[in-house]
Amino acid sequence: MIKSLSTEDTLENAGLTEEEQLLFSNARPKPYEPYPIKAVEDFANWARANSLWILAFGTGCGAIELRPLMTARFDANRFGVAGRPTPRQSSVFVIGGYASVKTLKRIIRSYEQMQGPKFVIALGICPVNGGMYFDSYNTINQFDQYIPVDLYITGCMPRPEVLVAGIMELQKMIKQGRCDGANRYIENFDWYKANQKKVIKKWDMPDYNW
Amino acid sequence: MIAEWLGKVGNFSLTLLIVLTYGLLVGAFIERIIAKVQGRIGIPYSQPFINILKNFFKRTAVSHGIMFYLGPVFRIAGGIGTLAFIPVIYGSETFSNFSTAGDLFLVIYFMFFGQLGMALGAGESGHPYSAIGIARGLSQMTAYEVPFALAVISIVIQYDTLSITEIVAAQQGGWENWTVFTNWVATLAAMLAFLGMTGYSPFDIFLAPQEIPIGPPTEFHSAYLSLLQTNRALFGATKLVLFMNLFFGGATGWGELMIKTFLIYMVAIVIGVAFPRFRVDQAIRFFFKIPTLIGILSIVYAQMILTS
Repeated sequence: MIKSLSTEDTLENAGLTEEEQLLFSNARPKPYEPYPIKAVEDFANWARANSLWILAFGTGCGAIELRPLMTARFDANRFGVAGRPTPRQSSVFVIGGYASVKTLKRIIRSYEQMQGPKFVIALGICPVNGGMYFDSYNTINQFDQYIPVDLYITGCMPRPEVLVAGIMELQKMIKQGRCDGANRYIENFDWYKANQKKVIKKWDMPDYNW
Repeated sequence: MIAEWLGKVGNFSLTLLIVLTYGLLVGAFIERIIAKVQGRIGIPYSQPFINILKNFFKRTAVSHGIMFYLGPVFRIAGGIGTLAFIPVIYGSETFSNFSTAGDLFLVIYFMFFGQLGMALGAGESGHPYSAIGIARGLSQMTAYEVPFALAVISIVIQYDTLSITEIVAAQQGGWENWTVFTNWVATLAAMLAFLGMTGYSPFDIFLAPQEIPIGPPTEFHSAYLSLLQTNRALFGATKLVLFMNLFFGGATGWGELMIKTFLIYMVAIVIGVAFPRFRVDQAIRFFFKIPTLIGILSIVYAQMILTS
């Protein structure tokens, strides 16, 4: 586990008991610079754009739109898209519609475990403004306040065609080097954490899930 | 002496590059065939290469300890080591690698070595699915090694040598000299073991995508994963070359090698797309029953009929 020594760089992990604190890293994540040579970074971005592994975690009703992507009709494999069952190996997180507070906690855990650069696609209208759940007591309205979103695909529900179009748009954005959500998250880490802790009352996990 | 060794290492690097590229391409080709069966177009041929690059270019990586670092290294050392002692092209000075007397034993040892290293590395990741995957993978490996080892002993008795080059040499001069025709019992046992080795259905119990997400490599990411992916292609192609050498007469050129290994691979693929996954106990019992019996029979066959 990565343990950092200076107190400025450490996180409190106040949600954990003393015994649990020994099991988790308390290092503060750091933003990552792109490669100094532009050609290398462009090449890396090209590789990233053409190999998008989607985390197979259905977070709302929109998850049902992810299934047909792999079938004969849409065949997202053509664009280098594949499902991946573990957050460690995936690079795209598709937020499938509404995120309840309970799910948000799992989304944060999964998102932080993904290795950068990582991209978030918010599917449907609910992550934008709450959609039909705008006044629900346990659904968050603006998803962008908790996790940085790279691309929104609105609709209720957007059909898989739109999702394919969105994925191709994301590829374009990655090639241009415009998808820097992972760094934005770390640069504004305290703001995101404060927002997250405001809605998640029972915070019993480390402040950053390494 | 040193110049000779450097030349050998250079030749081996060339072989390694060709076999790795071939392994990645044949993997993509097989994926596309499976996609066509399912009515899809499938991945581009460049996809396996892009995946490896993508993982290599990841910006972050976390570690779970020293063994976690060493797991993928051991794995790829196993893959490279296996290839290093297999003569890839028969009769070619450039592509015969470090093949010497007794290399057959060394190769079988190296095949085992990578898996054990990976087991230690994945074990340290601490993920429960990794541990389950390792338990399944190692028990299946123990099971399929029995018929495979018996088949190898059978052909060792048949050709009276432990050198792969000599085994290939004995099979030259026409298809009727191939082990598959002279000692079909051993080939049958080995091909059944081969199904378990490739890890396609019905023997994909250790990766088991729908049960234990992807088993041992669950926690491996970034550059670790790109090493594992490289090894997967390399090791897969190496095993095909080994089987081709032992049972299907070897190859005297790259074209022959590619046709033969592709056809051997297709055996596992055709069975893979036609059958669902075994349960753990079913898979292991399978290898200890009929393939093991065939393996024992093959030794008797080699001893009583072929050498008498």
